[in-house]
Amino acid sequence: MIMEHTVICRHVSKVYRQESVAVQALTDINLEIPKKDFACLSGPSGSGKSTLLNLIGGLDRPTGGEITVDGQRVDQLGKSELAALRLHKIGFVFQAYNLIPVLTAIENVEFVMQLQGMAAAERAVKAREILHEVGLDGLEYRRPGELSGGQQQRVAVARAIVSEPSLVLADEPTANLDSKTAENLMQLLAHMNQEHGVTFIFSTHDKLVMDFSRRLITLHDGSIVNDVRRE
Amino acid sequence: MRSEWRAPLLLTLAWRNLWRHTRRTLMILFAFALGVWSMIVIAAITRGSMEQQLDKSILNLTGHIQIHLAAFRDDPVIEHRFLPPPALSAALAGADVMTWVPRVRVPAVIASERESAGVTLVGIEPERERGLSFIPGAVTEGRYLEAPDDPGMLLGRKLAERLETGLGRRVVLMSQDVNNRVADRGFRVVGVFDTQPRQMEEAYVFIGRATAQQMLKLDDNITEVALMTTDRDHLEELLARLLVAVPALDVQPWTVLEPLLVLTRKITDVVLIIWYAIVFAAMSFGLINTLLMAVFERTREFGLFQSLGMRPAHILGQVLVESLILLALALAAGNLLAAATVYALRDGIDLTSVAEGMELVGVAPIIYPAWSAGDLAAANLLVFVLGLAASLYPAWRAARHVPVEAITRV
Repeated sequence: MIMEHTVICRHVSKVYRQESVAVQALTDINLEIPKKDFACLSGPSGSGKSTLLNLIGGLDRPTGGEITVDGQRVDQLGKSELAALRLHKIGFVFQAYNLIPVLTAIENVEFVMQLQGMAAAERAVKAREILHEVGLDGLEYRRPGELSGGQQQRVAVARAIVSEPSLVLADEPTANLDSKTAENLMQLLAHMNQEHGVTFIFSTHDKLVMDFSRRLITLHDGSIVNDVRRE
Repeated sequence: MRSEWRAPLLLTLAWRNLWRHTRRTLMILFAFALGVWSMIVIAAITRGSMEQQLDKSILNLTGHIQIHLAAFRDDPVIEHRFLPPPALSAALAGADVMTWVPRVRVPAVIASERESAGVTLVGIEPERERGLSFIPGAVTEGRYLEAPDDPGMLLGRKLAERLETGLGRRVVLMSQDVNNRVADRGFRVVGVFDTQPRQMEEAYVFIGRATAQQMLKLDDNITEVALMTTDRDHLEELLARLLVAVPALDVQPWTVLEPLLVLTRKITDVVLIIWYAIVFAAMSFGLINTLLMAVFERTREFGLFQSLGMRPAHILGQVLVESLILLALALAAGNLLAAATVYALRDGIDLTSVAEGMELVGVAPIIYPAWSAGDLAAANLLVFVLGLAASLYPAWRAARHVPVEAITRV
């Protein structure tokens, strides 16, 4: 059986230029993430986890190598094509929640669907369903400033998965949460992975996130030093 | 994979973002509204003053259109008289002509017992001059002429002083008749008029039209027809009609007769444009600064928008819509304030304390602000279009962020 991959990285490298000094953030990364995977990038600070996540998500461009997401060469796309890829295929969950402060929870969730051109009635139904699923019933009309950190991160998760992307990239999603809230969030993401078949890639320092993951990819100094699958 | 941008979200985001910093938004709104207000009110006062000056000059025996024999304007003498053809009366019967009047206007010499002076003799039809020239309302001593064959004369106060004569006294008027002979006649001064500029008081004497014709042996000939129309700024159609009706006569609008007034009007337009530019330049710095601050503060947010799939063009649109709302609100407030100010000044701005000096330069002592659709449109369009143009730079700055740099920025 041929395994379908959501993400394929071939000889990916990234060099940052800081004034006249070149900093090698990633070196020759080769990685395949199959569909419905629940994978975790771990490693010490500066190991290149977030950089790799950003390259996969098309938020940054690799210096060398190829990155394919859902069959599309991310490294070859223009700005608008990258925006379209992110809009339709990729969901993001950030460490700092990154909700739009002037929109309510439900408007934040509807945001991506509205960008996709979905009809108002349809997106309202979907937004309510997903907010219910992440346990935010009754909080739909609160703005981010009126929600706790855990609730905000749930809104961010709801926003990331509501349009059913192929891939969700979560950068340190539990970093600002207490352990109980972090565990609830990971249970929610695992549930989404199983129920919606969404592929998840995390970058984290958090052991809890690693424990939830089925695959643990360890980076050090910009290279993959370990890749373990735990079924 | 094409994303469709939906206006309501763009507007929602723009509106709410504007009110994230209420005080800042209100301050820039106030500054902009003040700028728009000053543009419109100063324009209304300047325009009002200029139009009053123009109307007054037109009443100083110019009218909206004058008709003469071709050579009269270069050499205004009795030889250049004409008998009004019937076609002229027919052409002047149109609804666009408010009133018209035949005149005799020739050079003359006036003499009292003590002094004499060169003047322009104007023979008028007293009642028909109402609304066409200043003279019916300018008599401040004695009476106005009662009929075209009134035997009396109206004299300007300054001329009366110079001739050391006055109301009820007799003067002698001398001119040249149609036979090139000296025509002279004694007149009793029945009225003394005051007007501005005071040179007019020395330059003209008024008698009845029929009296003048009789004195100069003109029969029914005249030297001038002056008329007032319903719209002094759109005379093309009437001029064309008159040129067809009386091709042998010289038909000229006030814009040709009074080129200085046209120049004054043009200078006013230029001054207003310069004023608009100065005010807008000051406003645009405020707008660009406000938007740049807003864009800088929201760098992460714009990065987030991009990471969620919003295209750079939409981000540019987002900032422009914010600017558009700000401009629309400021314009609405500025226009309302200006309307209230102009309404409050509807009885005029009284400058009588400095009137003497102002009248010397042709400015009325009471200025009535005047709305002009052109000035209003120019001020609003300028602020709106240039305001949006000034917003392009902050909008472009917002749209060109690299998502990863924006999203990781603290």
